[in-house]
Formats: sequence, C-alpha cells, structure tokens
Amino acid sequence: MEYLIIIISAIFVNNILLAQFLGICPFLGVSNKLSTATGMSGAVCFVITLATVVTFLLNKYLLVPFGLEFLQTISFILVIAALVQMVEIVLKKISPSMYQALGIFLPLITTNCAVLGVAITVVTKEFTFGAESHMLNLAQAVVYALATSVGYAIAMILFAGLREHLAGNDVPKSFKGLPIALITVSIMAMAFLGFSGMV
Amino acid sequence: MSKLSIITKGFIKDNPTFVLVLGMCPTLATTTSAMNGLEMGLATLFVLVLSNMVISAIAPLVPDKVHIPVYIVVIATFVTVLQFIMQAYTPGAYQTLGLFIPLIVVNCIVLGRAEAFANKNGIVDSALDGIGIGLGFTASLTVIGIVREILGSGSIFGWKFISGDGILAFVMAPGAFLALGYLMVLFNKFVKKN
Repeated sequence: MEYLIIIISAIFVNNILLAQFLGICPFLGVSNKLSTATGMSGAVCFVITLATVVTFLLNKYLLVPFGLEFLQTISFILVIAALVQMVEIVLKKISPSMYQALGIFLPLITTNCAVLGVAITVVTKEFTFGAESHMLNLAQAVVYALATSVGYAIAMILFAGLREHLAGNDVPKSFKGLPIALITVSIMAMAFLGFSGMV
Repeated sequence: MSKLSIITKGFIKDNPTFVLVLGMCPTLATTTSAMNGLEMGLATLFVLVLSNMVISAIAPLVPDKVHIPVYIVVIATFVTVLQFIMQAYTPGAYQTLGLFIPLIVVNCIVLGRAEAFANKNGIVDSALDGIGIGLGFTASLTVIGIVREILGSGSIFGWKFISGDGILAFVMAPGAFLALGYLMVLFNKFVKKN
C-alpha cells in the first residue's frame, strides 16, 4: 500500500516538473521535438534512479554514522557528476546504440536540479502515509526515484507533443518562443492540480 | 567595460531571468510571495559573488580538463557556508526556501557566470559581475513575487490591502508559470526593444 501511495503521489500529485519545479531548464530547453524529449526523459530516468541508490547508501553508511550530514550538498553533487561521467563511459562501451540515443543529454544531467533534488529529498524529508509519517527505506527510495522520473517523462513528452503543434501557430510577436510555452505549461499544471487530494 | 556598467547590466541587458533565461527552478518555486523571492535572490547573490571571486583567483591554476568539477566544488562549498549562516541567523527563511538553498549548487546562473565571466576577468571585476547579475536576479524574483502575492493573496510584502482571499491559483504551481510567462511578454514588448 505504501508503495502505491509513493507511486501515485510522485507521478501525478507532486509531479516533479509541474508541482515541484525541479528540472525546468532542460524541460524548456529540449522539449521542442518529441524525439529529443523522449531521449532526455530516458537519460533522466536512468540517472535519477542510479544516483538515488548511491547517495542514499552514502548518506546512511558514511555521512550519518560520522555526523557529517552538513556535507550532503557537496558530496551528493560530486557523486552525481562522477556517476554521470561513468554512465557515459560504460554506455559507450556496452551499448553504442543507446549511447547514440542518450549521449548528448548525459553531460547536461549533472546540472539538472531534478537529480540532486530527488537525492536530497529522499534523505531529508519525511513522507506521510495516511496517519503516520516516516523516512523512506532503500526500497521505497528507489520506487520514489523511479516514479518521480516516470512523472518527469510523462510531463516532458506531453509538453513536447503540445509544443510541436505550437510551433506552427501564429502567435503575437512578443509571445513567441518561451512566453507562450510557459503559458501552455501553466494550463498543463492546472490540469495536474486536479489530482491533488488523491493521496 | 566600465565598473558601473558591469553592475547595471544585470538589470536589463543581461537580466538572468528574462533575457538569459537561467535558473528557472528557484524563480518559479520560491516566488510565492515578494519576501520569499527577495530572500532567494539574496541567497543566490551571496553564493554568486563569493564563488565568482574565488574562481577568478584560481582559474589560471586549474587544468582545463577538470575545470567544471573544480568550479562545482567551489560553489558547493559556499552553498554549505550559506546553509550554516541561514540556519543560525534566519531559520525561518531557511525553512520556507527549503530544498532550493542546497539546489543553488546546480543553479545554472552561478556556473554560467563562472564560465562566461569569472574565469577570464580579475577578482574585482568578477565580484562586481556577481553583484550585478545577483541584483538583477533578486530584482526579477522580487517583481515576480510581488505580482504573485498581489494576485494570489491580496497583499504586498505581507501587508494586506485587499480583504478576503486572492486568486489562489497564483500561489500554487500554475500561477508561477502564468505570471512568469506574462511578465516575459511585457518585458519583450516594452523593455527589450530599446
């Protein structure tokens, strides 16, 4: 039951893009085309889940026992940067076709605040399940990371589809580009607001 | 470039929010009220000025291949310092801004200025650039915060001048995108032209 609550809450109610505002820069940057949006979502899913596992273990077995929680920010970002670099090298070796598809997005992910945001959230925030609330364990953290990145992918791909249509429309000059995109996102966020109160 | 123009360019010409379109996450997330926007802007300003100064000082010593990780460590160090300072002196603001204080590390404005300005200019100029861009960011965030607070709760800097509730959507997520979108339209229409 707790897993179901985590999944629904992370995908719909607290959608990482439309409700938590994490990872907006790449969201606005690469959502011009459906294919690049799909590639970016795939890469983000992969890195968020992997980074959450590593930072969760790092926090639990290294930082907390030695009372070094204040190093969370600095150590997490280093772990993420190293991880992205490593994923890039491994992927290049074992799956060149996947590297072709995700390759250009990987370096951008280090500075995607969704990754660091999820990593910090799972180790600092208490989650509420009905009447009680507690910190997540490792399995729940992984499920949360996966569900969050699925939510990221859903919002990203939906928006890319809308934006492809937007490109052909005749909008006033000062609305062109980003402003009209932001107004479209706002309407999407309103639709997602309909899910609030579900869990 | 004169010293004054380094400081003033952040407001209009190189405005980080409306022209460079950097650091969108804190811009949208923390501007629920004018005060929150102002606090977030000042927090970013603090990190930006100090990291710009240190990066401009160490830039000649850093090998080109590892310069990004080195810059990130410098920025993360100052963010940690900021977290300590805010926990001690402004615990309220630290609570409200929450996650977005550690996320200054991945704010593209800070790394962007390190790459575009600090690593090829002197310490004084880099500090001024940090102040200028930081103030521009603070001003934009405060403006968005003011607009959202007036529409969303009928008050300004906490001073309520309309009784009753405002348009609640402006305090929530959709209003953030909507307010930023329309402010960007106004900026394009009236400011960017000249």
